Amino acid sequence: VDAFRVNVIHARQQVRSPVTNIARTSFFHVKRSNIWLAAVTKQNVNAAMVFEFLYKMCDVMTAYFGKISEENIKNNFVLIYELLDEILDFGYPQNSETGALKTFITQQGIKSQHQTKEEQSQITSQVTGQIGWRREGIKYRRNELFLDVLESVNLLMSPQGQVLSAHVSGRVVMKSYLSGMPECKFGMNDKIVIEKQGKGTADETGKRSGKQSIAIDDCTFHQCVRLSKFDSERSISFIPPDGEFELMRYRTTKDIILPFRVIPLVREVGRTKLEVKVVIKSNFKPSLLAQKIEVRIPTPLNTSGVQVICMKGKAKYKASENAIVWKIKRMAGMKESQISAEIELLPTNDKKKWARPPISMNFEVPFAPSGLKVRYLKVFEPKLNYSDHDVIKWVRYIGRSGIYETRC
Amino acid sequence: MTVGKDVSALFPDVVNCMQTDNLELKKLVYLYLMNYAKSQPDMAIMAVNTFVKDCEDPNPLIRALAVRTMGCIRVDKITEYLCEPLRKCLKDEDPYVRKTAAVCVAKLHDINAQLVEDQGFLDTLKDLISDSNPMVVANAVAALSEIAESHPSSNLLDLNPQSINKLLTALNECTEWGQIFILDCLANYTPKDDREAQSICERVTPRLSHANSAVVLSAVKVLMKFMEMLSKDLDYYGTLLKKLAPPLVTLLSAEPELQYVALRNINLIVQKRPEILKHEMKVFFVKYNDPIYVKLEKLDIMIRLASQANIAQVLAELKEYATEVDVDFVRKAVRAIGRCAIKVEQSAERCVSTLLDLIQTKVNYVVQEAIVVIKDIFRKYPNKYESVIATLCENLDSLDEPEARAAMIWIVGEYAERIDNADELLESFLEGFHDESTQVQLQLLTAIVKLFLKKPTETQELVQQVLSLATQDSDNPDLRDRGYIYWRLLSTDPVAAKEVVLAEKPLISEETDLIEPTLLDELICYIGTLASVYHKPPSAFVEGGRGVVHKSLPPRTASSESTESPETAPAGAPSGEQPDVIPTQGDLLGDLLNLDLGPPVSGPPLATTSVQMGAVDLLGGGLDSLIGGPNFVAPPAAAVPANLGASMGSGLSDLFDLTSGVGTLSGSYVVPKAVWLPAMKAKGLEISGTFTRQVGSISMDLQLTNKALQVMTDFAIQFNRNSFGLAPAAPLQVHAPLSPNQTVEISLPLNTVGSVMKMEPLNNLQVAVKNNIDVFYFSTLYPLHILFVEDGKMEAVSSRLQGSNIFTVAKRNVEAQDMLYQSLKLTNGIWVLAELRIQPGNPSFTVRLPAPALPALGCLLPCAGQPLLPSLLPRAGVSLMGALAQLGWGPSEPDVNEHQNSEPSFQLSPIRLPR
Repeated sequence: VDAFRVNVIHARQQVRSPVTNIARTSFFHVKRSNIWLAAVTKQNVNAAMVFEFLYKMCDVMTAYFGKISEENIKNNFVLIYELLDEILDFGYPQNSETGALKTFITQQGIKSQHQTKEEQSQITSQVTGQIGWRREGIKYRRNELFLDVLESVNLLMSPQGQVLSAHVSGRVVMKSYLSGMPECKFGMNDKIVIEKQGKGTADETGKRSGKQSIAIDDCTFHQCVRLSKFDSERSISFIPPDGEFELMRYRTTKDIILPFRVIPLVREVGRTKLEVKVVIKSNFKPSLLAQKIEVRIPTPLNTSGVQVICMKGKAKYKASENAIVWKIKRMAGMKESQISAEIELLPTNDKKKWARPPISMNFEVPFAPSGLKVRYLKVFEPKLNYSDHDVIKWVRYIGRSGIYETRC
Repeated sequence: MTVGKDVSALFPDVVNCMQTDNLELKKLVYLYLMNYAKSQPDMAIMAVNTFVKDCEDPNPLIRALAVRTMGCIRVDKITEYLCEPLRKCLKDEDPYVRKTAAVCVAKLHDINAQLVEDQGFLDTLKDLISDSNPMVVANAVAALSEIAESHPSSNLLDLNPQSINKLLTALNECTEWGQIFILDCLANYTPKDDREAQSICERVTPRLSHANSAVVLSAVKVLMKFMEMLSKDLDYYGTLLKKLAPPLVTLLSAEPELQYVALRNINLIVQKRPEILKHEMKVFFVKYNDPIYVKLEKLDIMIRLASQANIAQVLAELKEYATEVDVDFVRKAVRAIGRCAIKVEQSAERCVSTLLDLIQTKVNYVVQEAIVVIKDIFRKYPNKYESVIATLCENLDSLDEPEARAAMIWIVGEYAERIDNADELLESFLEGFHDESTQVQLQLLTAIVKLFLKKPTETQELVQQVLSLATQDSDNPDLRDRGYIYWRLLSTDPVAAKEVVLAEKPLISEETDLIEPTLLDELICYIGTLASVYHKPPSAFVEGGRGVVHKSLPPRTASSESTESPETAPAGAPSGEQPDVIPTQGDLLGDLLNLDLGPPVSGPPLATTSVQMGAVDLLGGGLDSLIGGPNFVAPPAAAVPANLGASMGSGLSDLFDLTSGVGTLSGSYVVPKAVWLPAMKAKGLEISGTFTRQVGSISMDLQLTNKALQVMTDFAIQFNRNSFGLAPAAPLQVHAPLSPNQTVEISLPLNTVGSVMKMEPLNNLQVAVKNNIDVFYFSTLYPLHILFVEDGKMEAVSSRLQGSNIFTVAKRNVEAQDMLYQSLKLTNGIWVLAELRIQPGNPSFTVRLPAPALPALGCLLPCAGQPLLPSLLPRAGVSLMGALAQLGWGPSEPDVNEHQNSEPSFQLSPIRLPR
């Protein structure tokens, strides 16, 4: 441990690898703000598993006591020990579902007598059983569920406006407040599924032609989803855990609607001046509004002063970040906006050229740039006798910017 | 929790709290027990009763807790009591208890393997594989795999189609972690035919869309392995390939640490089956805010995927990266451009122009890296891109790194006939010859010789200058020898020289850093694990005992040792286990020397002696023949400087003649001379020397060189008091006055009757030398073995170490490790006993010295492994050094581990001096 502290944490240079081998002992580490979580082994273990475990450990700790900070860890030492004891046995991860853990590790401390024998066996069977993420006997007066389709668009564009790489990584987050053990079925406009159904009924294809379908490159699911069923029938069926969870993640690269185009124009006027002009164009339905738009234009290190003129929003030069930050609160679709700036430079004899970091952009739009649509979500509860109609369902689409960069 | 304080004194009080009803308190008490039971084993027995009682508690949580904790207490007595409750828990009605008990068996096995087998827990564990609860199955699998790993022979996890079927069923139902255990276990199974492989693959593929990337990677591992068995023209093979790509790409959107693991694995997969990801180049483009380790890995993969189809894109990206901030990354990017040029011939032109663009940026390190890369391109495509040389020459002055300078000099030498002012350029380098690094010096020497051969008339002076610089003024044996070879070649037969020096060079290969196929296959079996992250076989970083195991595990695993340097493997592997192999080993070493020494004259005596030595005894032989290596070659190394002054041009044949005599030389190992007192510090007097022991007497061989302008006379020498009472036995005799630039060799006999004072470090010797100019002081370290006396033998076990007066006392074989006990005696009568522990397959030794011991072996090992050979035979030197380094003797990898309990051997422990 000491060796790790000396060699990794206090090493002056940047961390070159998250796995370090010191004297035949391997250290894995993950950093959360200023806390280092490290796992140690002397054997050839599954490295991916170790990192996954460290992340899960972080999740569980956050679920129990909020932010992972030095103070919180000190205050909850006993709890952390209890948790570790439960989720890890002899180095083998056991159960890391917060929901299940909370049933028998509570912050109040358990009085074992107070539980009936029935409850106890229920707990254990739940922990080890097939559906480790949901306990029985949950009841809600109103059966509700919320679906959030969150997408982040990643883009890398060349100065000439050529798309170097673009992909959307999306998540479907579900918040469920359902009673009993409901069986859910989720459908979206996945190309493969629609084509399959299209073959079956010719009429429907005609109706559907208006609706576009999307090709999903790859998707991963929460462990509650029956993967074998997805593989054979492409249907996503599952028994959801109670509360909020991430149902699936997916990735698409084809036919992405790029909500914004950034057109940069950089001109060097002599040695001490730089002219920058950036145009952004929004590219979606005029009725929709994009929010929280922020464009970050990097400036050279030897910038002495900046004059900015922008048509819309506010722009400011932030010397500490070496960038001009241009913020627009709202912007409707099919609009265009422009900023121009004059950057004055201090003359330097530094031979090294300015690296020209890319212009990055942040925004939020109320649609899914990949074109994903939720087609249905059906709920069946065999025991409790409430039907699909009684469940109140909410769907929301949010498209966010991931790494949205244009080189200049 | 106790802030490092030892609270074991509270043991009895804490144990009393054990019977509490409060679960939280109980857990804490158990934690305390786990920590301190080892220090107080007797007291821990008191706790057993409670454990046994808790194991029958109605609450399954408490039952499991008790079993879990008991397994963590590593006290032998407790484990005996553990067996009974454990057996009960393995058959408990509650799955939670069963799954905990399954892991507990693995724990118990770790403490006492025999006990587990005797009690029949293994069979119970096997039964658990067919348990109805998936989590129990998963844990049982995990436990069995762990046990099987330490017992390769026992066929614990005998997987058959039925059990595989069960596992595959459980796979669908258990938690993410359980899925990992099962998948890892499946990867060790070898299906009988391709149909079975296919059906397993079919059932594993759904796992590829799991959110946990460890599950995905493990599934990839299984698929990659079973794909070997599928025939390529099968439809299914194609679909499988297609299915593999997207999950791998998705792994790249995980957290950076996981990305790193994934990238390292993708690197392997790409080497094995490039077709999987050939269309996915874009996802490996580096993002601006990736951590540096991710960036570097992505770059690596990009190069591997580069092909004619995507080269334009790749080059544009690489050029972009070359303007980034991080120096390492930029360098690698530039280097990557070069590799693209070499890999994809059609793109070479474009690569060169890109590189030229980069050189125009004038950023120092970019330019330097670019020149190194262009040198490689020249080697691949000779006589194709000479037009760029002019540009390169412009940047000559900005080069300050040895590698770049050497590359530039190489280019100038190679294309000397096309560069008009080549001689001027090289001359300018020659001015600072002494300040250059060896690499540059060597390159400069070669380049000038090339130039001379191409333009003999104008450059005669230059070549003479460089040869004299290289042969006379240099301390570097490599350089000197190369100088001599060229000199000799040029003076005897210039035509032959031309043929040798300007010979057609082989084109360099496309991919130099590919992982060797056998290793690659092995690593594919380890996808997702640490081995794949390090790109090393597990034996390279796992404690020795387990390393042996892994060799027999997966079917395709090859002998892992042979990967780095094949010729060393036979020498390292069989130590001890097969005594009869060792003579061959000696042979091999002899062959090695024989081969490298070249002339047959010196071959036979050497080879035979090695064999004899090898035959001496089982382990001593193997070891000693390696020590024998340095022993032979050491004297000439020291002799070379001696030879220098007298016979300057006598050249190679003389040197080789000399070596042929070496085989007959005996006596202990001699460290080559080192400069003790540089001329700068002593007003022109330079002293270099070494210590030797011959026929019972110690002497100090000195070489005095006058580098001042005036004559030196009246030499005298004195030693300060030292640890062993070393003192000159005779006055320093320099008969004639030492005139400027003259060198004398003196051997000063020493005895050990001087006064004793403990020095730090122990073998420190402070020396004062007086002459007519001044008195100079310097200190040196003498090798301890010169003090080893001949009568230090403890038992009549003959050993080759005897040459250095170290004697083998005994040897034995414990737990597949060879223990070698060595004794030696110092001149002041101190005995030293050392234990050498050698593990087969593990390239490092453990040296343990019982207290109050001397760090004798610690001192000895490094000196025995000194770089001796290079001076004579650069090539041979390298390979033999490689062999030494593998065994932990060489200076390149001083891997002499201390045992945990012993004091660090390189720091001197307090010693007792008898006088």
